Amino acid sequence: MSEQTGDWPDRLFETLKTAGIRQVGYVPDAGHARLIDRCRADSEIRDVVLTTEEEGVALAAGAWLGGERAALLMQSSGLGNCINMFSLARTCRFPLLMFITMRGEWEEFNPWQVPMGSIVDPVLELCEAQVYRVRAPDEVATTAERAVQHVFGDERIGAVILSQELIGRKIWTK
Amino acid sequence: MDQMKLERRQAMAALLAERGEDLLVIPGLGSTAWDAAAAGDDDRNFYLWGAMGGAAMIGLGLALAQPGCRVAVITGDGEMLMGLGSLATIGIQRPPNLAVIVFDNGVYGETGMQPSHTQGGVDLIGVARACGITTCLDVRDKNALADLAHRLQNLRETLFARVWIAADEPPRVLPLRDGVALKNRFRAAAGIKP
Repeated sequence: MSEQTGDWPDRLFETLKTAGIRQVGYVPDAGHARLIDRCRADSEIRDVVLTTEEEGVALAAGAWLGGERAALLMQSSGLGNCINMFSLARTCRFPLLMFITMRGEWEEFNPWQVPMGSIVDPVLELCEAQVYRVRAPDEVATTAERAVQHVFGDERIGAVILSQELIGRKIWTK
Repeated sequence: MDQMKLERRQAMAALLAERGEDLLVIPGLGSTAWDAAAAGDDDRNFYLWGAMGGAAMIGLGLALAQPGCRVAVITGDGEMLMGLGSLATIGIQRPPNLAVIVFDNGVYGETGMQPSHTQGGVDLIGVARACGITTCLDVRDKNALADLAHRLQNLRETLFARVWIAADEPPRVLPLRDGVALKNRFRAAAGIKP
C-alpha cells in the first residue's frame, strides 16, 4: 500500500476535525483502527467506546441537544443493532453521521458476515439514510465532506460506506 | 402491599421542585415521561416517546457536550434494562455532571404490569457499581429522596440512583410528542443557536 492510498484514515480524521466533530462513538473494528487511534489521541475529541452500536445513535442525539457534533464508527454487522434506535434520529431529525466499514462483500473469509453485510444498503435506505459509498482511497475525504454538509446542515442521517475493497481483506492466518 | 414505597409522582416532583436553571432532564419513555410532564412541563425536558434503552446514552452525549450544566436521566427499570450496556459505557466516561436515576417498580407498567427482571432479583445498583459508577444511591424513603434531590442540586460526580416506587398507574399526563419541536425548544432553552 502506497503512502498516498494508505493514509485515507488520516485524511478522514482531518475531515472530522475540520467539521468540528467533538464526540466519536465507536465499537472497535479493524477497518477503523487507525481512525480510532487518531481520535483517542486527540484532546479535542471525546472518544466513547460503546458496548453496542445503538448506544452511539443515542449518544449523537444527546450531543446535538447539547450543541455538539458527533460521529459514529461501526462495522457493517453493527448496523442491524441500530435500527430501532434510528427512530430517535428520524422522528426528531437529529443529525447522525456514520462511517461503516464493510464486511461480507469482497473476499470475505467468514460466511457469518454475509447476512448483515449483504443488506446494508437497503436497510439504510429503508431508514431514510443518505448512503455514500466509497471504493477508492482518494474519494474518502471528499465524500465525507459531502456527508458532513448534508447531515449537519439539514439534520439528517448519512452513512459513508467504506467498501471492503478499500479496507482490504482481513488476514486470518499470521 | 406497596404502601411503604414512594409514590412516583411525588418522587418526580421532589426531584424537580427546585431544579435550577442549569438542570437538563431526559425522561425515559413511558411512565417517567408522564411523571415529568405532571411535575410541570419545561422546555429543558427532552421527553422520550420511543428509543427504548437510549435514555442514559442521550444523557451521556448531552453531559459531555454541556459540561456547565447538570444532566438528569430519569427513567424506569424496563427502559434501563434494555440499555444495561450503557452503564458500562458511562462507567468509563464518568462525566461529573451526569445523574442516572431509575424509578424501579419491578414491572413493565405501560404494557400490563408484567414483572421485570428487577422483581426477579436483578440489582441495578449492583450493576451500576460494577460498571465503575462509585456514587450509587438506594432510595427507599422520603429522607433518602430528599438526600438525592440535594445531591442532584450539587452534582459533582457521576451519580446513579435507584428509587423504589410503588407499582401504580396514576392518570397519564402526556407531554408534547412532536420530536422536532421537542428538540428545537430544548436546544433553544439550553442556549444553543439554531
